[in-house]
Amino acid sequence: MDPLLIVNNLVTQFIIPEGTVYAVNGISFHINPGETLAVVGESGCGKSVSMLSVMGLIPTPPGKIVHGEAIYGERNLFTLNEEEMEKIRGKEIAMVFQDPMTSLNPVLTIGRQITEALACHLGMTSIEARDKAINLLEMVGIPEARNRLDDYPHQFSGGMRQRVMIAMALSCNPNLLIADEPTTALDVTIQAQIVELVIQLKQQRNMAVIWITHDLGVVAGIADRVNVMYAGFIVEEANVDDLYENPHHPYTQGLLGSLPRVDRRRDRKLISIPGSPPSLLVKPKGCPFRPRCQYAREICQIETPQLRNISQNHRVACWINVENGEQISG
Amino acid sequence: MSTDITTNLLIDDLEAPPLTLQELAWRRFTRHKMAMLGGIFLILLILYSFGGSLFVDEKYANLTNPPIRLSAPSIQHPFGTDTVGRDVLARTIYGGQISMIIGILAVLIETSLGILIGAIAGYYGGKIDSLLMRFTEAMLNIPEIFLLIVMAKFFGNKIPNLTLFGRTFSGSVVVIVVIIGLTSWMYLARIVRAEFLSIKENDFILAAKATGTSNAEIIIRHILPNSIAPIIVSATLGVANAILSEAYISFLGLGVQPPTATWGNMLDGANNYIESAPWLWFFPGFLILLTVLSINFLGDGLRDALDPHSRAV
Repeated sequence: MDPLLIVNNLVTQFIIPEGTVYAVNGISFHINPGETLAVVGESGCGKSVSMLSVMGLIPTPPGKIVHGEAIYGERNLFTLNEEEMEKIRGKEIAMVFQDPMTSLNPVLTIGRQITEALACHLGMTSIEARDKAINLLEMVGIPEARNRLDDYPHQFSGGMRQRVMIAMALSCNPNLLIADEPTTALDVTIQAQIVELVIQLKQQRNMAVIWITHDLGVVAGIADRVNVMYAGFIVEEANVDDLYENPHHPYTQGLLGSLPRVDRRRDRKLISIPGSPPSLLVKPKGCPFRPRCQYAREICQIETPQLRNISQNHRVACWINVENGEQISG
Repeated sequence: MSTDITTNLLIDDLEAPPLTLQELAWRRFTRHKMAMLGGIFLILLILYSFGGSLFVDEKYANLTNPPIRLSAPSIQHPFGTDTVGRDVLARTIYGGQISMIIGILAVLIETSLGILIGAIAGYYGGKIDSLLMRFTEAMLNIPEIFLLIVMAKFFGNKIPNLTLFGRTFSGSVVVIVVIIGLTSWMYLARIVRAEFLSIKENDFILAAKATGTSNAEIIIRHILPNSIAPIIVSATLGVANAILSEAYISFLGLGVQPPTATWGNMLDGANNYIESAPWLWFFPGFLILLTVLSINFLGDGLRDALDPHSRAV
């Protein structure tokens, strides 16, 4: 099966008065049709920026896609003009954002906002679009959808608004849904409902999902594969079970070690990773995780490790074999 | 028994649907006494100017009758007659129509230009923004009255008279409308730009872009409705300013040309009779004052009512 989207060697930078922000430093990944890919990492590691780059939504200036390609179908998204991208956004690739409280226009009714995409991508008349909007709202579980179409966003709760956002994103049957931390702003019970809703809709429509999050609990519940990002690099990529059972990158190990677990002793302390992530204003040299890494060697300072296969579908970017602590031969 | 009544009241209160934005704004507006007063006066003035024409013929307003020139207010001519014997009351009625129409049309031009320039500058930013804003500042640096006079002199008498709805308007009305519009859009453009700069950073704009909405639609459907309140307020106050501007240039004899009456050109020449024939300047002057004050109070009330940051209920 051909991948739905292939991103090769994406480099995104922001030129600001203080210097250059090295936000994404040459990442490559792909996603297959119908698959769920989770992208995890802490704040500022380039998760959102890489997805916004793919969508062509990086504000330029100050942002700039310096290098790379994003192959969707036969086309490289980075070479399309604005008009062609508008046809892809929302129709082929849709996006759901983090904060449902601010992602809906406060002065337009919900119905108006859902039908917008339908009218512009599918050329529906306003009556058809309204009917479709009611279907969509029912599909995402909004009660009395017909009556709520003319309500304004402030008349909805946070969880309901995120459902509306999902309805909007799915309105044109996209092949790929990019969910940028869609549950971060919601409380835990609502989070679970939204995760459940996306899983169910994904299965119904055989849609691929890229789920950006820093919540490893959500990842375990939803993803097929996981990309772990750190300081603008992908440091490990694996099937979800493989990653949890057998993390190879010291950073991934640190992340998993910092999670509370129900099957461990209660008095065990959670392990934190010492130090803090590097400043993105410094041009990356060597391994980005080196200053915080317990295995750091000389080579880590000199050369950035590339992703290497350690088993099928499991790749890691580290100079050290963490199982025996030995440096791999470059 | 009494507890029953209180519970019922409470339930009624709770079941009342929440106020919509419009209801809230209307509530705040009606609390603003001066704005309500301004609104009422404005309605009366509109009735006076437009309703008055049902009772007085325009021909009568433009009819010169030299033998009775400069006669003081009387039963036949309640507001007196002017220097060529025209009835001042009839002329204030028709002059009011022209003055108000000029005010509104000029503001339409002003608002369209201001929104267009402000929106493009604010939304696209960068070089386009710098270019448009420097141009706006350059326009602001030239005194408006000076620009008006120069343009009025330049374009005056170049437009033929128009006939609309069976009435003839001096071509100078069109000239005045256009030049007032062209010289007053700068403040609005700045307001709109500032609104656009802040609103375009909202997440819902990014979300709209992510659904494939085009720039033009984002500007018109998403950002403009969010910045409509200051535009309405500014446009309302703009009508008052346009009426005043028209009065200035007509007073200087460069504005609307007789026989078409406006409140402004009725004042033209009245300065020679300040003491001997005060009715010449008092009535049009008083009507201008009343209209401009009413509009300003109305605008003030609208500003308070439409301000989304206002906490008053």
